[in-house]
Amino acid sequence: MTFWILAPIMVLAALGILFVRKAVHAALLLAVVMISLAVLYAVLDAPFLFAVQIIVYTGAILMLFLFVLMLVGVDASDSVVETIRGQRVLAIVGGLVLGATLVVGLTQTALGTVVGLSDANAGGNIQALANLLFSRWVFAFEVTSALLITAAVGAMVLAHRERLEPKETQPLAAARRVREYAERGAHLGPLPPPGVFARNNAVDTAALLPDGRPAESSVSRVLAARGTVRSAPDLADDIDEVQRQLGVEPEGVPEGGGTSDATGDTTEEVHK
Amino acid sequence: MTEYVVLSAILFTIGCVGVLTRRNAIVVFMCVELMLNACNLALVSFAKLHGNLDGQIAAFFVMVVAAAEVVVGLAIIMTIFRTRRSASVDDASLLKY
Amino acid sequence: MLTHETGHIPVVAPQGADGLFSLLWLIIALPMAGAVILLVGGAIAPKVVDKWGHLLGTALPIGSFLLSLAMFVRVLGLDAGDRQIGQHLYTWFDTAGLHVGFDLLYDPLSALFLLLITGVGSLIHVYSIGYMEHDERRRRFFGYLNLFVAAMLVLVLSANYLGLFLGWEGVGLASYLLIGFWQHKPSAAAAAKKAFVINRVGDIGLSLAIALFFVTFGTTDFASISEHSSQASSGALTALGLLLLLGACGKSAQVPLQSWLLDAMEGPTPVSALIHAATMVTAGVYLVVRSNFIFELAPHAQTAVVVVAVVTLLWGAIIGCAKDDIKKALAGSTMSQIGYMMLGAGLGVAGYAFAIFHLLTHGFFKANMFLGAGSVMHGMDDDVDMRHYGALRKMMPVTFLTFAMGYLAIIGFPGFSGFWSKDKIIEVALTQNWLVGTLALLGAGITGFYMTRLMLMTYFTKQRWEPDTHPHESPAVMTGPLVVLAALSVLGGVMLAGDWIVEFLAPVVGTAPHEAPPIAPILISLIAVLIVAVGVGTALLSVQWGYVPREAPQRVSFATRAARADLYGDAINDTLVVAPGSRLVSGLTTLDRKGIDGAVEGSAVAIRGYAGVLRRIQNGYVRSYAMSVLGGVLIVVLALLAVNL
Repeated sequence: MTFWILAPIMVLAALGILFVRKAVHAALLLAVVMISLAVLYAVLDAPFLFAVQIIVYTGAILMLFLFVLMLVGVDASDSVVETIRGQRVLAIVGGLVLGATLVVGLTQTALGTVVGLSDANAGGNIQALANLLFSRWVFAFEVTSALLITAAVGAMVLAHRERLEPKETQPLAAARRVREYAERGAHLGPLPPPGVFARNNAVDTAALLPDGRPAESSVSRVLAARGTVRSAPDLADDIDEVQRQLGVEPEGVPEGGGTSDATGDTTEEVHK
Repeated sequence: MTEYVVLSAILFTIGCVGVLTRRNAIVVFMCVELMLNACNLALVSFAKLHGNLDGQIAAFFVMVVAAAEVVVGLAIIMTIFRTRRSASVDDASLLKY
Repeated sequence: MLTHETGHIPVVAPQGADGLFSLLWLIIALPMAGAVILLVGGAIAPKVVDKWGHLLGTALPIGSFLLSLAMFVRVLGLDAGDRQIGQHLYTWFDTAGLHVGFDLLYDPLSALFLLLITGVGSLIHVYSIGYMEHDERRRRFFGYLNLFVAAMLVLVLSANYLGLFLGWEGVGLASYLLIGFWQHKPSAAAAAKKAFVINRVGDIGLSLAIALFFVTFGTTDFASISEHSSQASSGALTALGLLLLLGACGKSAQVPLQSWLLDAMEGPTPVSALIHAATMVTAGVYLVVRSNFIFELAPHAQTAVVVVAVVTLLWGAIIGCAKDDIKKALAGSTMSQIGYMMLGAGLGVAGYAFAIFHLLTHGFFKANMFLGAGSVMHGMDDDVDMRHYGALRKMMPVTFLTFAMGYLAIIGFPGFSGFWSKDKIIEVALTQNWLVGTLALLGAGITGFYMTRLMLMTYFTKQRWEPDTHPHESPAVMTGPLVVLAALSVLGGVMLAGDWIVEFLAPVVGTAPHEAPPIAPILISLIAVLIVAVGVGTALLSVQWGYVPREAPQRVSFATRAARADLYGDAINDTLVVAPGSRLVSGLTTLDRKGIDGAVEGSAVAIRGYAGVLRRIQNGYVRSYAMSVLGGVLIVVLALLAVNL
């Protein structure tokens, strides 16, 4: 029963891997297939494999896939146009032939009666597997450990980046910032904090300058480019309204005398 | 029991077609993982058929080896990506006439 | 068709060679040594050998002649039954079933040939000393002449067919070398090639005959074959006879292999005299007479011999009538006279002896006339055109007189040697078949015509010399042999006195039962003389009391045109053999070039094209290669299914 529910889901998900454009969607569909497989293992009297499938395959391996996808470029999507002539047709034809051949061949063979694992699993599935693993298959086990070590070392070697230039230490970073300020007038020092007169500390709301104007450099350029910056003076008005309702005297902008980095505009604008 | 093996065959075929059709190297790798999983399903089904656990042991080892393979393969893809800035399988096409 | 009975066939049974006859090998060795010394030694030290080479080359054949003469005298003293002497020199080869020794056989037939070859040969050597005096390659000439004499001696002295074949090929080689002696002349080189190739065709016949001898009798010895010849099947015997006839036709210039003889006149005149008049061309007759034990038992082959002989006899005579080149006219005459000899040989036991008799007399008078022609050419600055001769008898008296002796002999003037020999052949022919005899008589008449024409155009009529020609007599070294040969032409008939030659050759060819000719012999002679007189008179009318233009007239009768073209012999050869042959060769060449080369190179080109198309599968894309892997997997799975289902 479980099988007949899960089997169509798995097949559809697998077909989906073929057809989706974005690679991340393909990874998620693969996760669906793997989890369904884990359930099938459980149905087939393999509880240990059910757990290992989820933990190792879906949890580790698929996550690894997703990490690399992020590194490589999550936007990367295949174009629909096929570059090699006849490849798609041949692949579909070949796949159909292979599938048909395998299915026909398998359905024509009599597999015999199902013995079942009740005897083999008599002392518990994990115990039985451990028995086999450390007696009959111990050599394969040892070799596999060597394989794992090799894989780890290989991955480290491949992913290692050689530093081609010296690492930028703090004095070098400071010198670089001063130079950029001298050459291009880039802002020296950190970006402005919300400031004493800030009325809120949201990322997408500009900080207020002493004269009540929003400081553009306090909002991320990305948000500004997206146009999702909220109006700081409007929000300040809302806060004043709330304070009035609470009976607290709204703090306005101090009169006269600003800091030296005011823009020299002496017009006083009091926003109430 | 036949239905499990038939399902395994179908998944394997789909994985094959995926390897041949997709151009993103990582998606191709995913299709290879799909094929390996299909084989695992067949192994476990036959373990139940024959009544001994050798099939499950084999599936276990397949998983281990697949893990190692994924590690190394993805490291390679990343290295290639660093220099070429592209993850398309069609980029490596110099071994030709 | 020929009416004669087959009598007892004599068996060749030689005794051992002792006493004088143990020097039999020396007769061959002397000229052979001369050839080696002159050719090899002359190549090593030309300046030294050139001085005395020609003298050595003449002395050695004279030595052989003296030995032959001594042996001849000795053998005359022996009984008739003891006259066959054999000498075993060494075993040539001894393989499974075939044992061939290098054996020599001295019997009456080879005795006569030895005298002819060495005697006339020596005279011609002496003549050549004078004739080739101004040629810088004279030493080589004498080397080749000695080589020829040695080969011819091997031919007639051999006791089996293989040794005979060795000599046969040797004289063919010598003929080629001597015809093309003046190598710088393309016509001479072409004539030498033509002679050799046509001889080769005849040699096929002789080679096949030798093989057939081996198959039929298991041996090629004359002794064994003559003993067992009656035990072979008639089919084998007829085949042997026809094959031997083919060989003889090639060497003796009989129809159909006759076209080389007139071209062979490109060689120096002594060569024409020795090889193409007296000796080599008579080798075919020797072969037929020696193989009498085959021909006697194969009447069909004998008929073939007679037919060939009669055709050639008339062919040569007709050609000779229209030739203005003195040597070519004499060559046509040679062809005709050898036809007479073959006729005699084809007529069976009754004719063998007369064929040999005519062979000997012809050797005398034809060599005489050829040397005389050489003498005339010598005095006329090597001009061979008789239209530029005329009235030479006063300028060259000795040449004229000796030539006249030969002329009278060949036309059969009563008393001269040719009269006796030719008449005997005509008589035997008439006895067996009146048609053959009549044609032989006709040939005699034509002979009279063309020989008289030759004599008149050269020595009589008005002089038609080229300007600046001063005809003069030749030196004594050249006229001496002429005198000797002229004497032999006159006196050669003595060999018939008392049927001596018939009795002498009886141990070799057998004795014929006496058959009376249809009309009395004296009448036959009279008729022959009359017919010859008619021929002579016709020549006198047209030549002496007619007019001889200096340029050959172009508007002539068809018969004259045909005779000038050798009765279209070359045209027949071209159409039947040369043209199909060259078409076959060009067809094969085209087949080789286009077919076989085309297939080889074409297969290479095809494979390259196929590879060029196929390599596009390697497009570099990993996915295409993965597709190939899938294809392979499919094939394996399908195969497994097919096997197991």
